[in-house]
Amino acid sequence: MSGAGAAGRASGRASGRPSRWLDLLLPGLRAARAGRASGAAVLGTWTLLWGLLLLRGARVAATFRSGGVDDWVALATLALGLAACPIAARRWLEAAPREDAGGSRAAGSGPVDWAAFARHRQASVGLVLLGALLLIALLTPYLAPYDPNAQHAVVATRFLPPSAAHPLGTDRFGRDVLSRALYGARISLSIGFVAVAIAVSVGTLVGAGAGMAGGLADTVSMRGVDLLLSFPRLVLLIALVALFEPSLALVTLVLGATGWMGTARIVRGQVLSIREEDYVQAARALGFGRWRILTRHVLPNALTPVIVAATLGVGNTILAEAALSFLGLGVQPPTASWGNMVASGRDVMLHAWWIAAFPGVAIVLTVVSFNLVGDGLRDALDPRHAAGLR
Amino acid sequence: MVRYTGRRLLEAVPLLLGIVTLTFLLLHLAPGDPTTAYFNPNIPPDVIEQMRRNLGLDRPLPVQYLDWLRSFFTGHFGYSFSQHRPVAAVIGDALPNTLLLSAVSLVLIFVVGCAVGIVQAVRQYSALDQALTVGALTLYSVPGFWLGLMLILLVSTPWVSSWLHLPISGMTSIDHEFMGPWGRALDRVRHLVLPVIALGLASAAGVARYMRGAMLEVIHQDYIRTARAKGLSERRVVLRHALRNALLPVVSLLGLYLPLLFGGTVVIEVVFSWPGMGRLLYNSILARDYPVVMAATFLFGALVVAGNLVSDLLYAVVDPRVRYGEGR
Repeated sequence: MSGAGAAGRASGRASGRPSRWLDLLLPGLRAARAGRASGAAVLGTWTLLWGLLLLRGARVAATFRSGGVDDWVALATLALGLAACPIAARRWLEAAPREDAGGSRAAGSGPVDWAAFARHRQASVGLVLLGALLLIALLTPYLAPYDPNAQHAVVATRFLPPSAAHPLGTDRFGRDVLSRALYGARISLSIGFVAVAIAVSVGTLVGAGAGMAGGLADTVSMRGVDLLLSFPRLVLLIALVALFEPSLALVTLVLGATGWMGTARIVRGQVLSIREEDYVQAARALGFGRWRILTRHVLPNALTPVIVAATLGVGNTILAEAALSFLGLGVQPPTASWGNMVASGRDVMLHAWWIAAFPGVAIVLTVVSFNLVGDGLRDALDPRHAAGLR
Repeated sequence: MVRYTGRRLLEAVPLLLGIVTLTFLLLHLAPGDPTTAYFNPNIPPDVIEQMRRNLGLDRPLPVQYLDWLRSFFTGHFGYSFSQHRPVAAVIGDALPNTLLLSAVSLVLIFVVGCAVGIVQAVRQYSALDQALTVGALTLYSVPGFWLGLMLILLVSTPWVSSWLHLPISGMTSIDHEFMGPWGRALDRVRHLVLPVIALGLASAAGVARYMRGAMLEVIHQDYIRTARAKGLSERRVVLRHALRNALLPVVSLLGLYLPLLFGGTVVIEVVFSWPGMGRLLYNSILARDYPVVMAATFLFGALVVAGNLVSDLLYAVVDPRVRYGEGR
């Protein structure tokens, strides 16, 4: 037992007696008191989940009577979160030795320097923000004070400024802006994740194919990538979307279809250099097939920069989706997305500023957290950056 | 240098041809055609058929494609369905406005971005540096359309509009025609302020982040220490010795930010009712005005290719290693 144990014991003694039940009641508290942000994060999550259960118990109970898929997802998140917090606190926070300020990097820990990532203050902030966003998005049915499409008594409740009843005000149909922004988070994040998953898969396939095949196939596919990169992404997007009937699936697909070129270039570059490595030559000498060499030896070693690109890509994709929806070519009302919420507030901005303002803040927060995590990952991947250039 | 320029120009030709082909395929393989806009039960089908024939949409695709290709060599982009005048005229009205907006933004992006980056690098780890880092990171993530709306909101609040009169839409005021030459110029500039900020701020933040890194990389090198040891003023060391090398990688950012900039014009022009290519593209897509959409999409692609060419040539000017081709 080094640092963490000693600190934990010391703080336990200070607060009375060290106890196991304290970990169960308030997991993460000891780590938080020892000055570890991860402890505070666990404790915060724990408090949020219990608070939700106690304050919105009736809403949670309604899941069993008349819950849709959304409600059950939220319930599963709640249950899993409540189970995970104490386990995380015992297994991971207390057991792991506390990292020294200048902790040395464990040998053979893979290309990502996780210790550097953890020490990277911006990345940690981004990770906490991102975790909170995901949690909020998953728990939205329980968190949202109103149904996102409920119009109540429209004439009496429309254009209400922020108040206790409607923390972010109401829009022109009397719908609660906070509830819509929360549901919008689900839409924006799921579009972002799915579109980037599509983009990364296609990009990896094309890049790896070009890199492994070489020759004419390589030249042709990379010229194609150059060609697609010559269009401003938004121009390509609106040209594509406008030709079809806008729908969630189409928007996601098109965002994926216009986002894979960067990944393809990265993977191709990686594959070209890894292809010449000794262990790949050895695998080839052993008579392994191309497919096996690609999937077992080349790709696993090529994927780390792709993770960075994907993380930053989610942020960019969310921005692109917001712009599309703002132009009325993305997510269609009444489904709430941050972009179309801003658009709906545009005409009435001068007397109901909250409709357009708050969804934009949500976009900025989300994209910032993805960028923070992406930058942190890049620095952790690149020792030159982690050394002092940040 | 001439050979390098020639080679890069030749490389751009197939790219442009590809762009033409892709825009054509994009718009013709998709369902729906311009006559969908006139969908109306009162119009008998044979009239629609006549319209298709008049617009040349009944011809086989390869013929339409060749026609489309020819129009680029002759500079005659066809006829706008919705505005009832030649596409070349429609584009001719919009293109200069977009170029004005993007050129001003581009200059400010790099000037402001580099200046902020230099200040940050010189005062590394100071409170100012950290504040600017956080600020740049946030601004980098702000969607342009929302920033534009918030700027409009800001200049419309009574206490701001009492001392700052900025127009929030269009390129000129209603009484532009009656102003003197200086008044007109000032009027143009005032109309540019908000769109340029909304279009460029995020990219300027990106450039600042990059510039800071590039400057820090240079500033710790030996020749900078030598310059300081010679007794040169800090100002001269930073602006003459360090900046020149730090600017090298920043020049290559130009090519990276151009597509972003032109994509941004679509949204910004819609927000600020700026009569440029972006708004034209948007309106033409809503009107299913195919010839204009194709021409505009092509032009956006061509602008990016041209911009990349310029940025590559610029890079070759500042970095002789590129010109004398190491493997390129």
